[in-house]
Amino acid sequence: MAKKINAKEKYRLFTRDLDWDYSYENRSEAFPLEEFEGIKITDWSKWEDPFRLTMDTYWKYQAEKEKKLYAIFDAFSQNNGHLNISDPRYVNAIKIFLTAVSPLEYQAYQGFAHVGRQLGGVGARVACQMQALDELRHVQTQIHAMSHYNKFFNGFHEYSHMHDRVWYLSVPKSFFNDARTGGPFEFMVAIGFSFEYVLTNLLFVPFMSGAAHNGDMATVTFGFSAQSDEARHMTLGLEIIKFLLEQHEDNIPIVQKWIDKWFWRGSRLLTIVAMMMDYMLPNKVMSWKEAWEVYFEEAGGALFNDLARYGIRMPKYSETIEKEKEHISHQAWWTFYSHGNATGFHTWIPTDEELDWLSEKYPDTFDRYYRPRWEMAKKMEAEGKRFYTKALPQLCSVCQIPMLFTEMDDPTLNCFRDTTHEGERYHFCSDGCKDIFIDEPEKYVQSWLPVHQIFQGNCGGPELDDVLSQFYRMNLDEDNMDMKNSLDEKRWKKWKGVA
Amino acid sequence: MSIEIKTTTLEPVRNTFSHIERRFGNKPATRYQEATYDVQSENYFHYRPLWQPDKELNDPSRTVITMKDWYDFKDPRQFYYGTYVQQRAKMQEAAENNYAFFEKRKLSSFVSDEIKNQLIRFLVPLRHVEQVANLNNMYACAYGYGTAITQACMYNAMDRLGIAQYLSRIGLMFDDNTGAALDEAKNYWMEDTIWQGIRAAIEKTTVTDDWFEVLVAQNLVIDTLIYNVYYNQFDQQLQDNGAQDIGILTEFMQAWLKDSTRWVDSSIKIAASESEENKEQIECWVKKWRVIISDALTPLVTEMIDLNAMPIAQAALDKRLVKAGIVNG
Amino acid sequence: MSKVYIALQDNDESRYIVEAIAEDNPEATVIHMPAMIRIEMEGKLCVNRESVEEKMGRDWDIQELNINLITLGGNVEESDDCLNLYWNE
Repeated sequence: MAKKINAKEKYRLFTRDLDWDYSYENRSEAFPLEEFEGIKITDWSKWEDPFRLTMDTYWKYQAEKEKKLYAIFDAFSQNNGHLNISDPRYVNAIKIFLTAVSPLEYQAYQGFAHVGRQLGGVGARVACQMQALDELRHVQTQIHAMSHYNKFFNGFHEYSHMHDRVWYLSVPKSFFNDARTGGPFEFMVAIGFSFEYVLTNLLFVPFMSGAAHNGDMATVTFGFSAQSDEARHMTLGLEIIKFLLEQHEDNIPIVQKWIDKWFWRGSRLLTIVAMMMDYMLPNKVMSWKEAWEVYFEEAGGALFNDLARYGIRMPKYSETIEKEKEHISHQAWWTFYSHGNATGFHTWIPTDEELDWLSEKYPDTFDRYYRPRWEMAKKMEAEGKRFYTKALPQLCSVCQIPMLFTEMDDPTLNCFRDTTHEGERYHFCSDGCKDIFIDEPEKYVQSWLPVHQIFQGNCGGPELDDVLSQFYRMNLDEDNMDMKNSLDEKRWKKWKGVA
Repeated sequence: MSIEIKTTTLEPVRNTFSHIERRFGNKPATRYQEATYDVQSENYFHYRPLWQPDKELNDPSRTVITMKDWYDFKDPRQFYYGTYVQQRAKMQEAAENNYAFFEKRKLSSFVSDEIKNQLIRFLVPLRHVEQVANLNNMYACAYGYGTAITQACMYNAMDRLGIAQYLSRIGLMFDDNTGAALDEAKNYWMEDTIWQGIRAAIEKTTVTDDWFEVLVAQNLVIDTLIYNVYYNQFDQQLQDNGAQDIGILTEFMQAWLKDSTRWVDSSIKIAASESEENKEQIECWVKKWRVIISDALTPLVTEMIDLNAMPIAQAALDKRLVKAGIVNG
Repeated sequence: MSKVYIALQDNDESRYIVEAIAEDNPEATVIHMPAMIRIEMEGKLCVNRESVEEKMGRDWDIQELNINLITLGGNVEESDDCLNLYWNE
């Protein structure tokens, strides 16, 4: 009499046993992308499913989460929950979230749908398909959470149109375009592992805890609800890395290269988050430096110790990023502050208390390199000359962030790197980005760099205001400029009945 | 924290996002609208796919079907993620009660050996057909254009996985949870002559290039023929032979088909009424695939039911094509 | 040795789960944060279905953890009766 099957075996029957070896068509035609990256898979049956979720249980638990979530969204809008936030400046943080991050969730849905079709192993496919569905959940619940804010604040109304065009939004957009245009295994290492495992907490903690500390019930609730999906995503990310490393030793150098690249691109992407955390949250959660120490140096340390047995080392340039944690938020906010006429969210000078908090959190760098700028900015503002630069920034050809980073060993020196490819010179913010370019120049020369495009006349104009209002569809003097005297601020005061 | 609203009424500054307003006017939007319209990125992609350098990342030319506005494919069910999972959870709860009842009352023991063998040979191997339906709808989701149609394909793909898993559970009902029935069913799938035609045909769908063609082949042609044969005709045959309890286990599939048909028929109709070229192309695909699938299914269906079964299924397909605005399919 | 961790939403159901985990893993640290309960442990942690059922007073599936879970750290090993978190070191 045959033995009754256990949970693991049952799940195998519910997933990988569904597939078979083709007889009538060429299987490699049905799954054409498995080999071109040089990754070798010898045995898909070695794939381990950490969370054995069948579709019926998925529907059941996710529906329960959704009921709770939407009840809160409804309560939030019925009770004008937006009036409970700490300070109207906070809303600018979630303007960045909707315009920069939510469209990435959509790209994640698309990317995981792609690998959810292309991977040869059913176990991996099913996990990726569920993640694709989860990511669709995330973008849609984010849109619904922000929908209420859009009704009362500026800067949310054209999030999709802006994401495709605006100069600082090409940073997140190109990050995910890069991942999706790579092969399926690169995508998995880039997003499933590097982003969803290694770096995820550095996105989650700033935004979601930031929301919690600043009275944003809608975003907090979304965040906690989404995080339980993230736990599944994290285990998928860890599984893919172990699976690839165990399948064949030839995979190790390829995977290491991807870890190096994506860790770098990922941490560059997080610059905007660092700035948000240190400068845009009226009630602080922790400093970017602290977040980096807890969520990367400690947690990442544990992870890479675990992976060392495969021959994987810490990502390249992790020591650079360790030094950068003292600087990037300050350099970024200064850049956005001085370009505040061209941003779809408001900017401002930190309050005196906030400047003191920054001094305390960054004892080695803030007072020496950055406070003097703010003192000057305050002086100019008091004279009625609030500083707005007239220029547009040069963007790094890889990460597409303005070239605002400094040499880590000398923060008074801008970091410029360059290389020539087929007669053209390309500029980078760092060795990390330059390395990425040099490895695949034919890819990065294709970038649609927003500032280059403006100067080439491809974004309307001729004046910057024309680009902003017509090409970007920003509402001038509503979405942009300083927080002081903005419509957001005026309306807030009216709602609160304060002067 | 106290809300300090004095006498000011809280008028919203705007009713919805600008892109929704451009489409539907200056009024509050539905959740489906905000979750669907214009969410997908449209322009200025940064790199070409390494895996398909002649296309952009999001590219409407991955099909020969053309639309002025891909967001015309509004889902009549208006499923966004939240409504989708909640709807399916309701169906799942009913199915779970059904399966639990079947097990608790040991209804499998009331099924004759002959019927049991029929289930293992004819019904359970459908789990492999559903697996490819999952692949095909995933394909359409990944390479299709616009949130409206692609999200519906995503939901359809995951539904297929769910159905494949229910069919697997049916197998386990009849082999005391050992997996023996599933092994047997898979053997039929791989070796039994009556199955090879359909196995070849659906393998063929997975090497088909145009995602809209894949949708037509899978969701219109294959599903209509197979679901009619199995969940109408074979279901009736089981009832006539005293095995009506099996219907408890396939209730989910019946309810699902009704739901999915609303969306599929609507999408085909919208694509066909967009242009003469679209209509002709869809008709061409339907003609092509109905021949392939009918030829493939006939030996199986004749053995499982009788010689009349295939023509009945064909008639069901004809009826559905008319509803979808495809006349010459 | 590296720490594994699990974080749950701070609600009625989670408290029973946390109680069970704390009892089964006496070396674990339970940290209360805004809206969240985080449990950390050196090396290895297990969530036992039976223990949770006992605390909750009803039948409970390991997979129900999905509803209250916020995040976790470590390799995951899941069965019908328990969820294990561990690092290989």
